[in-house]
Amino acid sequence: MIEEIFSNILIYFVVIPVLMLAGLALCKNIKQIRAVALVGSIALMALSVYVLVDYLQLRAAGETAQMLYTDSWQWFGPLNIHLAVGVDGISIAMLLLSAIILFTGTFASWKIDPMPKEFFLWLILLSTGVFGFFISIDLFTMFMFYEVALIPMYLLIGVWGSGKKNYSAMKLTLMLMGGSAFLMLGLIGIYYHSAPEGGQLTWNLIEISQNNAIDRDWQYFLFPMTFVGFGVLGAMFPFHTWSPDGHASAPTAVSMLHAGVLMKLGGYGCFRVAIYLMPEAANDLAWIFLILTGISVVYGAFSACVQTDLKYINAYSSVSHCGLVLFAILMLNTTAMTGAIMQMLSHGLMTALFFALIGMIYGRTHTRDIREMGGLMKIMPFLAVCYVIAGMASLGLPGLSGFVAEMTIFVGSFQHTDMFHRVFTIVACCSIVITAVYILRVVGKLLFGPVQDEHHLQLTDATWWERFSTVSLIICVAAIGCFPGFFSDLISFTFSENIFKVLGIN
Amino acid sequence: MDQTIPLLILALPLCMFLVLGLTGHKMSHKMAGILGTLGMGTALVLAYTTAFTYFFGGNFVDEAGNRLQHIVFNYDWLAFTDNLVIRLGFLLDPISAMMLVVITTISFMVHLYSLGYMHGEKGFQRYYAFLSLFSFSMLGLVVATNIFQMYIFWELVGASSYLLIGFYYTKPSAVSASKKAFIVTRFADLGFLIGILILSFYSNTFDFVTMTQAPGNVLASTGGAVFMGGSVLTWALVLIFMGGMGKSAMMPLHIWLPDAMEGPTPVSALIHAATMVVAGVFLVARMFPVYLVEEVALEIVTWVGALTALYAAIVACTQVDIKRVLAFSTISQIAFMVVSLGVARPELHEGVGYMASMFHLFTHAMFKALLFLGAGALIHAVHSNDFTSMGGLRKHMPITHITFLIGCLAIAGIYPFAGFFSKDEILVAAYSNSMMWGIWMTAVAGLTAFYMFRLYYRIFWWNNPDYSKHHHTPHDAPWTMTLPLILLATVSCVAGFIPFGELVTWNREAYEIHLNYPIAITSVVVALCAIGLATIMYRKENSLPDKVADKVKGLWTAAYHRFYFDELYLFITHKIIFNLVSRPIAWFDRQIIDGTMDKFAEVTNKASEAIKGLQSGRVQSYVLVYLLGALLVGVVTVICMVL
Repeated sequence: MIEEIFSNILIYFVVIPVLMLAGLALCKNIKQIRAVALVGSIALMALSVYVLVDYLQLRAAGETAQMLYTDSWQWFGPLNIHLAVGVDGISIAMLLLSAIILFTGTFASWKIDPMPKEFFLWLILLSTGVFGFFISIDLFTMFMFYEVALIPMYLLIGVWGSGKKNYSAMKLTLMLMGGSAFLMLGLIGIYYHSAPEGGQLTWNLIEISQNNAIDRDWQYFLFPMTFVGFGVLGAMFPFHTWSPDGHASAPTAVSMLHAGVLMKLGGYGCFRVAIYLMPEAANDLAWIFLILTGISVVYGAFSACVQTDLKYINAYSSVSHCGLVLFAILMLNTTAMTGAIMQMLSHGLMTALFFALIGMIYGRTHTRDIREMGGLMKIMPFLAVCYVIAGMASLGLPGLSGFVAEMTIFVGSFQHTDMFHRVFTIVACCSIVITAVYILRVVGKLLFGPVQDEHHLQLTDATWWERFSTVSLIICVAAIGCFPGFFSDLISFTFSENIFKVLGIN
Repeated sequence: MDQTIPLLILALPLCMFLVLGLTGHKMSHKMAGILGTLGMGTALVLAYTTAFTYFFGGNFVDEAGNRLQHIVFNYDWLAFTDNLVIRLGFLLDPISAMMLVVITTISFMVHLYSLGYMHGEKGFQRYYAFLSLFSFSMLGLVVATNIFQMYIFWELVGASSYLLIGFYYTKPSAVSASKKAFIVTRFADLGFLIGILILSFYSNTFDFVTMTQAPGNVLASTGGAVFMGGSVLTWALVLIFMGGMGKSAMMPLHIWLPDAMEGPTPVSALIHAATMVVAGVFLVARMFPVYLVEEVALEIVTWVGALTALYAAIVACTQVDIKRVLAFSTISQIAFMVVSLGVARPELHEGVGYMASMFHLFTHAMFKALLFLGAGALIHAVHSNDFTSMGGLRKHMPITHITFLIGCLAIAGIYPFAGFFSKDEILVAAYSNSMMWGIWMTAVAGLTAFYMFRLYYRIFWWNNPDYSKHHHTPHDAPWTMTLPLILLATVSCVAGFIPFGELVTWNREAYEIHLNYPIAITSVVVALCAIGLATIMYRKENSLPDKVADKVKGLWTAAYHRFYFDELYLFITHKIIFNLVSRPIAWFDRQIIDGTMDKFAEVTNKASEAIKGLQSGRVQSYVLVYLLGALLVGVVTVICMVL
C-alpha cells in the first residue's frame, strides 16, 4: 500500500512540503530556514515542470483520459473516503503557479522578523494544503486540504501582519469559514446523491460525474451551496469584503500566496465541483451568479479608483479581476472558460508581483499611502520599472499576461448566442477603461512627479533577492503574454463537451 | 516574397527596444543613440526595398493590372475558436507598403534629429528604447492581417505613446498629459473592442482579406439584425471608428493631443503628427469596403471629420504655444483625411476620396514632421514654446526659416508643394459628394493657410526682440538636426508629383490623376487670400490682431479655451466618475456590504455576551436555578393534578 502510494508521482506534491515542515522543525538559524524553504520550493517547481512535460508527452502519445496519473487509495472505509489523485492540464498549470509563487514568496520573506521559523512553518503548511487541493479528485480530501490551506492564514496575519491585524485575521477567517460551512453542506449533499439508488456512494469527482445521479431538484440546492462556498474565496460580490482588509494586514509573502494562489482555489472549485458535477443547475442558474460576478468586475474596479492605500487598491483590483474569472466560468463555453483559467494564471502571477513590490516599497518608506509618496522612479528605478510593468500587465497591455486572458474571456463570452450574456460581456469590457484609470493614477502619483518626502531620497533600490523574485515573476507574466497558444491548448482540452456535460446543453 | 526581409523590418526595432531597454543603462549616450539610429536606418532600407518590390517589382499585379493583397506570412498566435484565430502576419498591399515607407522615413529622421535635440538629456537610452518600441508597434499595426492583430499593436502604440509623452516624468504636467492620453484613447479602444466583438460574432472572422473581399457576406451574416434603430453592422463600424477617433484625435476625443505636446518635440513629430495619429484613418481605409456596404457609417465618419476640421482650425488661429498650434493643425489635417474617406464612393470619380485621403496622409506626414522638427529647433534655440517670446528669427536661423516656410506653403496647399496636390484631390472628392462638403472644406483650407502664416510671421518676422538676455543668441541647430529638416523639406517640395493614383486606390486599380482646374484654382486663390490677410496682420508688429480679437471677443475667448472641452473632461472624470460613482461605491462597500458583515459578527458577539451569564460557574446560582426549576415543575404538577 505505502509503496503503491509512493509510486504515484503526484503524491510528492504533498510529500515535499511535509518533508520541508520536518526540515524546518530541525532548523536552528535563519540561513538553514532559507535553505530548506528554497530547496523545497525549487524541488516543487522542478516537479511541476517535470509533470507538465511528461503530461504533454502522454497527451501527444494519444492519451485521451480526462485525468492522468489517477490513483485512489482507501482512507476511511465506512464513508468510502479515498485519497484519490489525478491531474489534467488545468491542475498542472495551477500546480506550476503555486510552486512559482511559493518560490518567489520565499525570496520576498528573506528578512522576515520575528520568528522566521514559525512563519515558514505556517507558510509551508498552507502550501501543503494548496498542493493537496490541486491534486485531489476526491471531494472529501479536497475539502480537507482546502481547510488546511485556510487555517494557517489566521495565524500568519494575526502574528506577522500589520495595521488592524487582529480584526482582519478574524474577519478573513470567519468569512472563509462561513463559506466552508456552505461548502461542506453542499459536498455532503453531493455525496448522498453521488450514485443511483442502491449504488455505492462515492466522493470521487469523476465517478460522480459518470454516475450522473444528482437529480435536477437537488442540483438546484447543491449548486448554489458549492458555488457560493467556493465563491467566497474567489471574492465574489457581496462576499468579498474580507479581501481588502485581509490583504492590507497580511505580510508580503502571505498576500502573495493568498491573492496569487489561494483565491484561485475558489475559482478552481467553482468549475471543478459546482459546474462539473451539476451541469443542469449550472445551466439554469448561471445567470444569477453572472449578475453578481458582473457587478464584482465593475464594482471592484470603481472602488479601486478612490483608495489611497496601495494594498487596498490591489485588493479591490483583485476583486475585479477574480470576478472576471467567475464571470467567464459562468459563460459555459469552451473559449470563455479557457480564458477564465488563463485569467487565474495571469492574475496569480501579476498580483503576486504587485504584492511583492508593495511589500518592498513599504519596507523602505514605511507607508502605503500614495498621498505620502511620489517620484519613486528617481529613487528606486528598478522597483519602479517593475511596478510599471505589473501595472501594464494589469491593465491588459499586449505581450503581458493580462491581455490574452481578458481577450479570450471577452471573445469567448461574446460568442454566447444569448443577448443577455453579450450585453453583460460589454458591461464587463468597461472594466478595461476603469482599470487603466486606477492603475495610471497610482503609477502617476507613486512613481512619477516630484519626490514628496525628503527622507525618501536616502532609500536604496532593490537587493539581489528582491530583484530575483520580481524578475522571475515578470518573466512568467511575459511568457504567458507572448505564448498564449501553449497555455490555451493545455487548458482547453478539459473544456470539451464529453467532459463538461454543461457545454453540450446549449 | 521572401519572409526574411519583412520579418526583419519588424524584428529590428523590437530587438533595439529590448537591447536598449535592458542594457541601455550600461551604455554611453552616444552608443545608444547610434545603435538605435542604425537599427532604424537598416529597417528603413529594408522597408524601401519591400515597398519598391511591391510597387514596381511586377510580381504583385494580376492579369487585369490590379495590385494584389499579398500575405507574406501569417502565424497562428492564439486560437479562440476554429475560425476566430489571432494571427500575427504581414499583409503587403498598397496602403501597408506606403505606410512602411512613411513610418520608417519619419522614424529615421526623428532618430537622427534626436541625436542632437536630446543631447545630454537624462534617460537618453530610455528615450531611444521607447522610440524603437513605438516604431515596432506602428509597423506591426500597419501590416496587420487581421483586426485583432491590429488591436494588439494599437494598444502597444498607445502604451509607447504614453511612455514617450511622460518621458519627463518628474514634470507633473507631463505625467498628467500622458495619463490623459492613455485614458482617453483607452476609452476609445473600448469602442473598438466592442466593435470587433460584434463584427466577429456575426462574420465569424477577424481576417481583413476575407472581410473586405466579400463585404456583402459580412452584411448578410448579420441577418439584418437591428439594435436601437441602427443595423448591427452600422453599430459595429461606428464603434470601430470610435477607436480611430481616439487615436486620430477626432472631436470630442481630441482633448489628449494638445496636452500630448508635453513630450519631447521629436516625439510629437513622430507620434503625434505623422504616424500614430493617422492610425484611425488607416483603420477606416483598411476596412473601407466594409464601410461601403453601410453608407450610414460613412456619413457619420464624414460629419465627425468635417466638424473636427473646422473646430481645430478655428482653435489653431488663437493659440500662442507653437506646438499647440501645430497640434490643432494636425487634428484639422487628419480630419481632412477622415472627411475624404467619408465622402469617397466608388461611383464618384472612381473613389478618388480614398486615394486622396492616403495621399494626404503621406504628404502631411512629411510636411508636418518637418514643421514639428522645425518647431523643435526653434524651441531648442529660444527655450520657450510661446511665439510671444520669438520674432524676427529669420536672420538668426536661416535654414530653419526656409524649411519652415516650405512646410507652411505645403500645408497651405500652394502649388507646387506637396500639400497642394493631395488637398486638391480631397476637395475634388468633397465637391463630387456634395456642394456643402466642398465649400466647407475649402473654407477650412483657407483657415489653415491663415493660421499657419500667422504662426510663421509671428516666429520669423513681427518684431526683433532683444535676444542678448539669453545666454546665447539663437542660431541654427547642429547638422543632425538640420539634415532631417532639409531632407523633409525636399520631400515636401516634390512629393506632390508622385503618381499616387497609380499606386494606391480603394480597389487597387490604377488610374491617372487629373487636376481639376476650377477647384484647384479656387483653393489656391482662397489660400493666397488667407496668406495675404495673415501678412497684413502679422508681418510687422501692430495692434490690428488685438483689435480683431476684441471685435469677436466671445468667439475668440471660447476658441482660446478650446471651446471648454478640457473643462468638460475634468468635470466628467473628477465630478462624475470620481465623486458621483467611485466614492459612493467605495462608501457603499465599506459601510453597507462590509457593515452588514460586521453587524453579523457584532450580533453574534452580543448574543453570546447575553447568554454567557448562564454559565457563570457559580454553584450557588446553579442551585438557585435548580430549585426554582424544581419549584416550577412542582407547581405545574400540582396544578395539573388539581385540574
